[in-house]
Amino acid sequence: MANYSVLLIAALIVISVPVLTLFIITPLIRASRPGKVKLEPYECGIAPTSTAFDHRFSVRYFLIAVLFIVFDVETVFLFPWAIRFKQLGWFGAAEMAVFLAILLVGYFYAWRRKVLSWV
Amino acid sequence: MTWGDTIYLLPEIVISIGACLLLIAPVMRRGGGVVRASGAPSGGGARTAKWTMLAILVLTAVAVIASSGLVADVAQTKTFASMFALDSFAIFFKLLFIATMAMLVLLSDDYLAASRYSAWEYYSLLSFALCGMMFMVSGVHLAAIYIGLELLSLSSYILAGYFKNELKSTEAAMKYFVLGTVSSAILLYGISLIYGVTGTLNLMRIADAMSTLVTNDALMFGIMLLGAGLCFKIAAAPFHVWTPDVYEGAPTPITAFLSTASKSAAFAIFARIFYVGMHHFRLDWQVVLAIIAALSMIIGNLAAITQDNIKRMLAYSSIGHAGYVLLGIISVSEMGLYGVLVYSVVYVFATLGIWATVLMLSKHEYAGEQVSDFEGLHRRAPLWAFAMIIFLLSLGGIPPTAGFIGKYFLFYAAVGAGFGWLAIVAVLMSAVSMFFYFRIVMAMYLRDGDGQAEVVSSGGLKLVAAICLVVTLLFGILPGPLVEQAKISGGWVAKRVAANNAQR
Repeated sequence: MANYSVLLIAALIVISVPVLTLFIITPLIRASRPGKVKLEPYECGIAPTSTAFDHRFSVRYFLIAVLFIVFDVETVFLFPWAIRFKQLGWFGAAEMAVFLAILLVGYFYAWRRKVLSWV
Repeated sequence: MTWGDTIYLLPEIVISIGACLLLIAPVMRRGGGVVRASGAPSGGGARTAKWTMLAILVLTAVAVIASSGLVADVAQTKTFASMFALDSFAIFFKLLFIATMAMLVLLSDDYLAASRYSAWEYYSLLSFALCGMMFMVSGVHLAAIYIGLELLSLSSYILAGYFKNELKSTEAAMKYFVLGTVSSAILLYGISLIYGVTGTLNLMRIADAMSTLVTNDALMFGIMLLGAGLCFKIAAAPFHVWTPDVYEGAPTPITAFLSTASKSAAFAIFARIFYVGMHHFRLDWQVVLAIIAALSMIIGNLAAITQDNIKRMLAYSSIGHAGYVLLGIISVSEMGLYGVLVYSVVYVFATLGIWATVLMLSKHEYAGEQVSDFEGLHRRAPLWAFAMIIFLLSLGGIPPTAGFIGKYFLFYAAVGAGFGWLAIVAVLMSAVSMFFYFRIVMAMYLRDGDGQAEVVSSGGLKLVAAICLVVTLLFGILPGPLVEQAKISGGWVAKRVAANNAQR
């Protein structure tokens, strides 16, 4: 148990830094002059036109997000495959080729359906 | 895992390639990616898509029949690290799914042509769903079964919302998606608990591990969660609430798909998982499933009485049918397996016949769905009205039709396993079901109606209705071939389980 006390102290220090800076020290020493613009949520420096709930986003955001996830997951599979490449041999290479081919079919479909063109 | 194993996957490979082709075919041609106002790609007509799909289905069927020759000479369950079995049970269902899918293509044809949605993507999604179903009935490993089930489910969610500009269709898809993913998560949790206790996901190994275990809470919890997830997929009460809304909102051919192919695939894996994997603890789960079966039969059949929308009525009726099939699973006997196999076939053909009739009446996207639309049908289309009676009798389980044979096996199995009370509930509820089936018959024959619902029967619909009629009557009068095949296919699973138990 004694070995873990170091970890506990480290955890306390790590937690105390943001708590102290954000909630205790800063409010004591900062100047507080809130204004309408200052209290607005920050979004790319452009003033928001409506709240997040009644604003409709273009479906393209979601399509791009879905495509991103597809290729993100592909990477997740590629790394362990690359590490065990020698053991898996040609069979593994062929399996990965099939996997990539299926992904490419989807990518090609999305591309030709103009998912990637942003206007 | 070697190259040689790939041959056992031949049908799945064929249908996957077909699905990918259907997906990219319309966008291949020059300017094919241009999106019309309706959102459908302009390339290719619905007719070309239909024939392409049918050709792919024929190729897949050929691949299944060709691969069925491999059943005898392979030590099953050794393929792909014992995850995939090409056995006679799987081939029985694969052929059933392909036949169902071919009929669904014929049902969808005019319906899609009349709508403004692309047929290519529709058929592509159906092909992916078929691939998932074929994979999951071959799975003898919970992970393999789960992957197949997810492929089927994800395709189904999209297909339920295929009419994306229709509020009802979108709502159905959303409900189906949210509840479906939750049930998949429950299923997965059950699988993970079973893995935690037994240390394996292979059904045979699970059975081996369970034979050395005494009842423990984690395992029971796992089995119950697995059962709950599967009950959702077959729409058994109390996990049925999604069914009426989804069936009503989805495009009618997709409702037909959900209530036939998709459901019988879930029956198949339910039977395989519980028969092969969980039979050592049958005393613990039989009673729970028996209550679920009784609830499904009672709720499904009683709620169907008050429905005026035929899609909702058939949704509740399908909940009742899930209850009947559970009798076969609960009995944990060879007879029960035969019952599940026979009933899947019988139920699929009778239900598809009814959907063909409903589609004949639906000129527009949601027309022809009220029971009142059937009024006076015997004057306008006497043959259709007659066929409809046969299908309804088959669902009710009245003798000259195939439905009787299916129910006979299921009820017999339930009585044999000591669930006499459940068989009594089932018989009573079959009688109740005849009441609302005959509401349609009464509307067709005894009322004149305003003649508003127009009869638009195409060659495809007629062909489907004719096939279903012939099958329903043929297996009702001469059940021999179907029963023999069910005995071979169900017996295969039973024999392997018996051999495995004897070895130990």
